[in-house]
Amino acid sequence: MEIFVSIIIGVLTMSAVYMILSKSLLRIIIGTGLLSHAAHLLVLTMGGLKTGAAPVLVDGVTEYTDPLPQALVLTAIVISFGVTAFFLVLAYRAYQELNTDNIEEMKGTESND
Amino acid sequence: MINLPIFPIVIPALAAIFLLFAPKQVRLQRGVALGALLVTFAVTVLLIFTVSQDGIMTVNLGNWPAPFGITLVSDMLSALLVATSTLLVFFIVWFATYYFSDAYESNYVYVAMLFLLVGVNGAFTTGDIFNLFVFFEVFLISSYVLIVLGGKGVQLRESIKYLLVNVIASALFVMAVALLYGTVGTLSLADLAQKIPLVENQSVITVIGVFFVIVFGLKGALVPLHYWLPGSYVVAPTPILAMFGALLTKVGVYSILRTYTLLFDGGSAFMQNFLIILAVLTIVIGMTGAIAYNDVKLIIIYNIMIAVGVILYGIALNTQTSLEGALYYLIHDMLIKAALFMLVGMMIGITKSGQLRDMGGLITRFPLFGWTFFIAALSLAGIPPLSGFFGKLLIVQGGVGEGSLFGPLLILLSSLFVLFSVIKIFLYGFWGEEKRVYDGPLVPYMNRLIVPTFLLVAVAVAYGFGAEAMHPFITQAIEPLVQPEIYIDAVIKE
Repeated sequence: MEIFVSIIIGVLTMSAVYMILSKSLLRIIIGTGLLSHAAHLLVLTMGGLKTGAAPVLVDGVTEYTDPLPQALVLTAIVISFGVTAFFLVLAYRAYQELNTDNIEEMKGTESND
Repeated sequence: MINLPIFPIVIPALAAIFLLFAPKQVRLQRGVALGALLVTFAVTVLLIFTVSQDGIMTVNLGNWPAPFGITLVSDMLSALLVATSTLLVFFIVWFATYYFSDAYESNYVYVAMLFLLVGVNGAFTTGDIFNLFVFFEVFLISSYVLIVLGGKGVQLRESIKYLLVNVIASALFVMAVALLYGTVGTLSLADLAQKIPLVENQSVITVIGVFFVIVFGLKGALVPLHYWLPGSYVVAPTPILAMFGALLTKVGVYSILRTYTLLFDGGSAFMQNFLIILAVLTIVIGMTGAIAYNDVKLIIIYNIMIAVGVILYGIALNTQTSLEGALYYLIHDMLIKAALFMLVGMMIGITKSGQLRDMGGLITRFPLFGWTFFIAALSLAGIPPLSGFFGKLLIVQGGVGEGSLFGPLLILLSSLFVLFSVIKIFLYGFWGEEKRVYDGPLVPYMNRLIVPTFLLVAVAVAYGFGAEAMHPFITQAIEPLVQPEIYIDAVIKE
């Protein structure tokens, strides 16, 4: 199971890098979303994926799911959700203001002399 | 007062939440923000003296015993940095009350500034690496708000790049934490420091260490991860730029300091060489930028990179002397960079241009302003007995003590470049003839703006003259870095 998920993480990261390297702002944002998915899956996988066992509820259990990665991934998901929402709004506002969603046209050097 | 370490995080947070409800009451916003910052600063001073008497203070959140719960750890290092950041934000907010228009102030700018301080103080205080990530996000999200406020086209354009870089860095941070947890099985810094030497495959730890350096290097603008810094900082208004330049990059440097000395310095010499190379490159690129530009903001922004490189070199050497130097220089640089950004912001506010060729003769109209800038400039370059000198001296001593000559020589050379770049601003901006009638928006407020700026420079100068008095505190701050056992024992009480 871990191997399978690891491959998924790899594919997600690959697609994310591809999307982030493109020129359209919307694709870049989708890329960052994919990248954070990959990171979150990695957190879960690193805690070990076991099926059919509950988290630690009573003392002395030997077979259990590690609860810590779940707590971590929840926090990370909330943060990346908020940031992605903000990023989308920012992109829309920038599109209105600059009339382009092409990152190539957003280089801007006039302030740098 | 066993809960003392948590107050520098909680007080600004409560004040910020309170201010969320009254965005249009500008006077209330200013008063509450400044009052909360003063109270926080008083608490941090109390914290410094408590730590200096009783040693490292820890708070286990939710009463979960370390290493299972999140622990807040206030050693002298974090107490000093928390106090410095709080003092800085106080001066910057004071400056901002005169600098910003009422319309700007009623758009939650003080709320975001206070939340940024919450994140920075939290990052300095936390003893848990995932909690460090959370506090990073707290100040990053506040910084996103601050950098887009105003909504000009150029600002939005640069915000997108800033946001993108930091979103990627955050994803890498989560990945690095996951890998560390998968390898060592714990997230508390003290517990990690205990267990990392027991890991069989040390090369995995090195890889994770490099991962963390990339993450923190993106925040701290190490070459080659610095490219976002000049563009996105230059578009921010002065008080916000001062805050970013003084605090955000330094949090990245602090995180490298903490994780490197505590977790990743064992094993091989690879990490040390890696950090030294990054430090040297950062200094060189910073020097190039500082002398190449004629835009006053950009000159100071590239000076951030020189400072980051110098501090990182001190950290990488990882000896008692060099770490003392790095900490001295870190606090000095936070104070003086904020002051310089405020000063160049005032220059731009007077002349309505950031270019040196449009300035000149400012000192005849604003003598106090001119001399304040002059002292700040000398202090930045490290002319004794001003504050930059002692840190650099100790770092150079540490480098020579390790038998290395190239690094110390480069640092001395970088001081010349720093001096050249800021004296260039002084000569072209303040000396000479007035180029035209200066009628910038800040001219009527100069008498008030100079007060917080002058006081901040005075604090920096006092820090330089009081270096001897500071020395016991600095030594105590370095102890847990040189001997991680002190830190581990303080957090995990058997």
